[in-house]
Amino acid sequence: MAVKKSTQLLPAEGGLGNEPLLAVDNLHVEFHTRAGVVRAVNGVSYTLHSGETLAVLGESGSGKSVTAQAIMGILDMPPAVIPHGEIRFRGTDLLKLSEDARTQVRGQRIAMIFQDALSALNPVFTVGWQISEMFRVHRGLNKRDAMKKAVELMDRVRIPAAKQRVNDYPHQFSGGMRQRIMIAMSIALDPEVLIADEPTTALDVTVQAQIMELLAELQRESNMGLILITHDLGVVADVADKIAVMYGGRIVENAPVHEIYKAPAHPYTKGLLESIPRVDLKGQELYAIKGLPPNLLDMPTGCAFHPRCPYRQDNCVTDVPPLHEISGVRSSACHYWREVLDGS
Amino acid sequence: MAPDKGAPILEVRDLVKHFPLTQGIVFKKQIGAIKAVDGVSFDLHRGETLGIVGESGCGKSTLAKVLMALERPTSGTVKIDGQDMGKATGSKLKRMRRNIQMVMQDPYTSLNPRMTVGDIIGEPFDIHTEVAPKGDRRRKVQELLEVVGLNPDHINRYPHQFSGGQRQRIGIARGLALQPEIIVCDEPVSALDVSIQAQVINLLERLQNEFNLAYIFIAHDLSVVRHISDRVGVMYLGKMVELGKDVEIYDKPAHPYTQALLSAVPVPDPDGREQRERIILQGDPPSPANPPSGCRFRTRCWKAQDICATQEPLLQIRPGTAHESACHFAETHDVVHVH
Repeated sequence: MAVKKSTQLLPAEGGLGNEPLLAVDNLHVEFHTRAGVVRAVNGVSYTLHSGETLAVLGESGSGKSVTAQAIMGILDMPPAVIPHGEIRFRGTDLLKLSEDARTQVRGQRIAMIFQDALSALNPVFTVGWQISEMFRVHRGLNKRDAMKKAVELMDRVRIPAAKQRVNDYPHQFSGGMRQRIMIAMSIALDPEVLIADEPTTALDVTVQAQIMELLAELQRESNMGLILITHDLGVVADVADKIAVMYGGRIVENAPVHEIYKAPAHPYTKGLLESIPRVDLKGQELYAIKGLPPNLLDMPTGCAFHPRCPYRQDNCVTDVPPLHEISGVRSSACHYWREVLDGS
Repeated sequence: MAPDKGAPILEVRDLVKHFPLTQGIVFKKQIGAIKAVDGVSFDLHRGETLGIVGESGCGKSTLAKVLMALERPTSGTVKIDGQDMGKATGSKLKRMRRNIQMVMQDPYTSLNPRMTVGDIIGEPFDIHTEVAPKGDRRRKVQELLEVVGLNPDHINRYPHQFSGGQRQRIGIARGLALQPEIIVCDEPVSALDVSIQAQVINLLERLQNEFNLAYIFIAHDLSVVRHISDRVGVMYLGKMVELGKDVEIYDKPAHPYTQALLSAVPVPDPDGREQRERIILQGDPPSPANPPSGCRFRTRCWKAQDICATQEPLLQIRPGTAHESACHFAETHDVVHVH
């Protein structure tokens, strides 16, 4: 299938100046379900520059994956609705593009890696066929040239004996190798932005280290922007340049990686960091954030974190805290960020 | 509470579990075996926690199943309180099973969705009727709910009405019902959200102190294992490659695999991340159906020499180290604190 060239204005290529590569601005995503409206994303904003790694940290249900799916344009609409917000890629709002123009961006300029490689790959086609599909569909190569490219890519992601393995099926590979194949597919067309949604959660630590190293190398080679979606505070500390912490569909804290680990400015971030088992605290009880993550169908009033927050005051129950700017690069959505920051 | 140093409550000696690989449908012929657990020995004392770490496929979960007598060992012995579980049958085995219980990994699939919480936690009493007489069960179940921090009034609710962390508490309450002395926890927190994990770990530690429980704590999260364990065993391809006190394993690992495993764990502190030492292993673990000769780690090991292919290193105390390791070239090396 050849894709029709769209006449609509596509995001420009070339230099950006100080403009971010990708800017998500006040994004809202709702799901209209039979049980009611689920507000999965409530005004999320973040920016990503070339060569930068942004970690989006959050628990299940925090809206981190839905935001990524909205950027990729792979949300099922309906039930999903995007009532407000902009996703600017090189200055062009992706949400205003036609589906044809969107297809030009998706996979070619913004690509994504999924968590579970086994279910993301098609079990009835060989991996070579699936990787080369990128070249056949988007670049119009014939089968043989596309297959050659697939072997090159498998070499690039360091799959041993790529030439022999190109005709194998996904189930014949180990978990780590499958994830490498996913990575090969995603970088096939040299995207400018790569979104990795929990890329190593299903893998063992030694394999996780291999995959994270591979991603860092590919990023250095091509200077792409990387959005790493994860719940693992260790992985974030290893690779991220900056962090956006999400809770209940909002960003609660934005900060460069070194500052957030030294002194968090939101009680949720602080709680997460304090609940990590540490050597010097062995034998003592772990700090635990009390209570449960919010139910998206029945969000707490005011600040979504208030039922679990040790810093809660009366106004937290009624007023939604805006994202307060702490410095040029940091912000926190807590009425009492000063107290949190001083106490950390 | 300090672990009691009397006679061990659990003794495992040369435990082997092979799963046969067969060919043919009518005339089945064994063509090999998956060597899931291949000669594991350790002791566990009352009130002690032994952490078991290793990658997927190393035999951790098979070990748990054999300890629970859900699988019969191919060879080797499991002794609970001095009694050999492999030799026990019938009512004796049933009595022994009371003493060792399990908490499963996934609280979403390990609880029957069609049973109420009261039925789930009370089910062990149906099998071991001597523990709680019939009229007493409801009160016992409510007590258990209270012990694990759930509301005793929720006894008639169904599992789907609880969150993941609460469900894991239900699983723990079921494990406690028969007042066992040993609980095998197979990845008890890995399916839970980060902010909930700490709550469940605290609960497990509190219960240990309260009832003097001995835990086998199987997990892949090394920082959690370090926090909860008194001793740690590292498994690779069905073998225990290193066994020692938590400080020994984490600060003075002697086996190259342990060192690689520890260095691969991301440290939740970005300072000094560029200087950190990282041993990145190449490739994947070999298949347990056809493990390498001699030392099983040698195909991925940077220290491997000829002797490693011919002679299998035994788990023993090596020169220069204070705990057991199974490497011909064991040498302690602190990978965690190197900057």
